[in-house]
Amino acid sequence: MTDATANATLSPPPPALDAGEALWKRHALNFLKSPAAVIGLAILVFMIVLAVAAPWLTPQNPYDLAQLDIMDGTLPPGSVNSTTGYTYWLGTDDQGRDMLSGIIYGLRISLSVGVIATLVALTIGTSLGVAAAYAGGRFDTILMRVVDLQLSFPGILVALVLLAAFGRGVDKVILSLVIVQWAYYARTVRGSALVERRREYIEAARCLALPRSRVIFRHLLPNCLPPLIVVATVQVAHAIALEATLSFLGVGVPVTEPSLGMLISKGYHYLLSGKYWIATFPGIALVIAIIAINLVGDRLRDVLNPRLSH
Amino acid sequence: MLVYLIRRIAQAMLVIAVMATLVFFAVYAIGNPIDVLASPQADQIELAAISQRLGLDRPLWEQFGIFVWNALRGDLGTSFVYAEPAAKLILQRLPATFELAFTALAIAVFVGIPLGVYAGLNPDSLGGRSIMGGSILGFSLPNFWQGLMLILIFAVILGWFPAGGRGQTATVLGIESALFTLDGLKHLILPAMNLALFKMALVIRLARAGTREVALQDYVRFARAKGLSRSRIVGVHILKNILIPVVTILGLELGSMIAFAVVTETVFAYPGMGKLLIDSIGRLDRPIVVAYLMMTVVIFVVINLVVDIIYAAIDPRVRLSEVKG
Repeated sequence: MTDATANATLSPPPPALDAGEALWKRHALNFLKSPAAVIGLAILVFMIVLAVAAPWLTPQNPYDLAQLDIMDGTLPPGSVNSTTGYTYWLGTDDQGRDMLSGIIYGLRISLSVGVIATLVALTIGTSLGVAAAYAGGRFDTILMRVVDLQLSFPGILVALVLLAAFGRGVDKVILSLVIVQWAYYARTVRGSALVERRREYIEAARCLALPRSRVIFRHLLPNCLPPLIVVATVQVAHAIALEATLSFLGVGVPVTEPSLGMLISKGYHYLLSGKYWIATFPGIALVIAIIAINLVGDRLRDVLNPRLSH
Repeated sequence: MLVYLIRRIAQAMLVIAVMATLVFFAVYAIGNPIDVLASPQADQIELAAISQRLGLDRPLWEQFGIFVWNALRGDLGTSFVYAEPAAKLILQRLPATFELAFTALAIAVFVGIPLGVYAGLNPDSLGGRSIMGGSILGFSLPNFWQGLMLILIFAVILGWFPAGGRGQTATVLGIESALFTLDGLKHLILPAMNLALFKMALVIRLARAGTREVALQDYVRFARAKGLSRSRIVGVHILKNILIPVVTILGLELGSMIAFAVVTETVFAYPGMGKLLIDSIGRLDRPIVVAYLMMTVVIFVVINLVVDIIYAAIDPRVRLSEVKG
């Protein structure tokens, strides 16, 4: 940790840290100066809490068939359940599911798919990217060719083909998202690792004859993290949107585990008859989640990279 | 330059070959099409007959060999469902998709550039800020949901435009297109808007950033000092200079538009090649999926190749570093 803080004071201009002042604390304070980012973060935290606590918060378990009443199918928002007197604030879907409960459960699947896919892709992409930058030579050339090749095709098309081959399933969606996204991290981390590699502290660590893995993971990698964090935040939003699109196209998550995209896809069939709520409300939840993540990502970019702001 | 050209073309061929192999094996791992195509009552003999007719009884590597040999002769297989050549089926739907993509591109450019220039000239005005806010929204809205909302508002609630389909086509100068009939245009406007919105957000950003930069240049100040009218400064001096990055990026984005047309066409039930792809994935019609992917790969590789060659022609550093590296 000490070398990370020490180095951060070396690179660009910010004033020297007081003894004992942690770097993350300064970043956190800096982050909170933007009202938009704070609102984004608050919404995000709220959504995560909703998603995690879904079983205790929702008025109905949307997947417990015993709780569903088919007679309550496609009721408009504000309708009242005839037997329990419970109000469907956002209406019901074709099988009499409460849309509000469905959205909270859907949020759970959408967010976890996005986060898990990003974390796995981040790990794989970062390892390969750092290794390529550190090793150089043929390994570097081949890896970067593969990255270039992959990034020249739109992610949606690659994911579509992969899922067409794998079939439906949450795990398969995550796998395709990882395959689509790893290249972004590999490229990002390689770029910053190539710069950091030539710095004195890496040379110093090498001169101490530290093992190669220690040089890479304890010295090189921590200093390549800031741009990665920014890319990863934005990619979570991308992953969520991509998953929703794939599920809408019918190659994503299975019907038994409906994400927000799946809910919207169901609502598509009722849209033309004016039953707008089934497709609209899950979409609004999706958009709010994506905007919140983007707001946080934008601010992180400004905070973590002083050179880019202004 | 010649060395660079040969290297790049060889690379492009290699990419197509690698992608062909990947696509073939990926797609041929999708389920067993006989289960879908044969009636559930069919007995073993009928199943074997169907399998033999479609060439599915042969080992995978033999199917691959036949596929490569035929592909080299321009034959990308025969659709299981339509019993017609896959390439022909896709080419039939190609005009509809291109029509959609180019209309969307036109909307993105002719609406996006004026908005971006306005936002660039008045960055702190209410209008400028709203335009930028709108472009952030354009980036954040998932394409398919935004399409559904267009249908809901303009087709279901207001009833101005039809919710889907392609509409009538007419033939002018030997080109059959829906652009020439009122009905066709009415059908085209919503899907084209849907496909355009994301690119429009991009164009607005590029045009705004470019305008802010160019407006501070000496030649703009000089034009103003000469007493030229504002419209002439903006229309000639600024616009000409921001067009270069906008055109470059849009050229690169043309390919991704064809990819995103898959989503738009599905939402609007628009009979283009993207809708055909999604339907074929659902029906396990492998030859069509393979043919679609091969054609898209070729389109992408050609676009990238052209862009690279133009860059190399403009900037000698690119081709020199390639030859050395």
